[in-house]
Amino acid sequence: MRQYVYTVPVVQLRDVVALLGRFPALAGVDLDVDEGEVVLLQGPNGAGKTTLLRLCAGLIPPASGEARIFGLDVVSQARQVRRRVGLIGHATGLYRDLTVLENVVFWARASRVDNPVDAAKAAMDRMGIETRLADLVVDRLSAGQRRRTSIATMVVRRPELWLLDEPHAGLDQSGRDKLDALILDAAAAGATVLVASHELERVGRLSPREITIAGGAVVSHVS
Amino acid sequence: MFRDALLIAEKDLRIEARSRVVFSQVLPFAILALVLFAFALNADRPVLRDFTPGLFWVAVLFAGLLAIQRTTNLEHDDGTNDALRLSAIEPASIFLGKMMAISVQLLALEVLLIIGVLVFYGAAIESVAGGALLAVTSVVSSVGVAAAGTLYGALTAGIRGRETLLPILLLPVLAPVLISATRSFDDAFGSAAVNGWAWLALLGLFAVVYLTFGLLAYGILLEES
Repeated sequence: MRQYVYTVPVVQLRDVVALLGRFPALAGVDLDVDEGEVVLLQGPNGAGKTTLLRLCAGLIPPASGEARIFGLDVVSQARQVRRRVGLIGHATGLYRDLTVLENVVFWARASRVDNPVDAAKAAMDRMGIETRLADLVVDRLSAGQRRRTSIATMVVRRPELWLLDEPHAGLDQSGRDKLDALILDAAAAGATVLVASHELERVGRLSPREITIAGGAVVSHVS
Repeated sequence: MFRDALLIAEKDLRIEARSRVVFSQVLPFAILALVLFAFALNADRPVLRDFTPGLFWVAVLFAGLLAIQRTTNLEHDDGTNDALRLSAIEPASIFLGKMMAISVQLLALEVLLIIGVLVFYGAAIESVAGGALLAVTSVVSSVGVAAAGTLYGALTAGIRGRETLLPILLLPVLAPVLISATRSFDDAFGSAAVNGWAWLALLGLFAVVYLTFGLLAYGILLEES
């Protein structure tokens, strides 16, 4: 397991405003998250959770304020930030005409992972993807199997910051348990995890720190 | 950079080999276009022979649009665009890889369509030099069309109605390729007394311009899409 040592918070947001078109999806968010923390983001639909995660991934620039990940500016140093971040969003990030194994190996290679085939098989195994599914094209998988494969493509990259947007959606009980174990293992190894979820009880068991977002602003913070 | 480009190209070609969209949809469309051109010109073989180069390249461009659209959509259907942005691959490598994959598909299409015009239109390659000119023109045109197509595919990627917008934006940009490649094929097929190699040089210049511009601008377009 890799251990990461940071002298600054992994996530450091100061009065961050983010726009989706002209709509202010985030309206002055302040947030610090330290290395190895698991943080639950909760809030109603449209609260700004997804925007916050995408901003932390360096995919959306802040309209104003300061956003630093690993101490790096998410705008001017976006590429350095992105390489160290893993994001599970609403879309799977999978190629439908490639097999499960081909997808995971591709993303391992795209992230310059050593021994990509072995790493891909290990990631698939950790997400409980059965060997018989490895050579099946993604288009023929169930929604839950796609979700597991999607998570495996993130795990294989060994990101230092995990940004998970409703990661349990579509997973069966076994998949949810596997994912929870992955999150806890990653945090124990020093990775930082932000989970946006409506499953408060489940994610609450992973972390005592909960942040509630509403209308694009942090409205409560429980540690 | 080139290794990453090969990774992207290999992935796109593997997807195409498995889905067979180019061979099951794009190629039949191109052949249909050739047949319809023949009907429109009253299946008059001397006329078809004379116009073979122009009809061939119009068919290639129309069919090529479908292949470009298909390759562009690969990165937008399931959020793979975001995953690519989070990967270690430089945008220039993504551009180069996608351009290479489209070039290979276009080349395969052109080879089959050349056989088509030889059979349906009675066109003939008159010399070894003509054959060489035909081959080099096909390769250079494929690179030019693929480079411009990849770039404009990224430009329209995030826009609603991109399927209809792409041809409107791309076809005018490809007009120089159409003209140069047609003149070059005129020489190769002996249908007009022109210096095909000079037109090929011009075609090469356009291809280099599209390629250079694509390598420089693709990253910006990827961010905006």
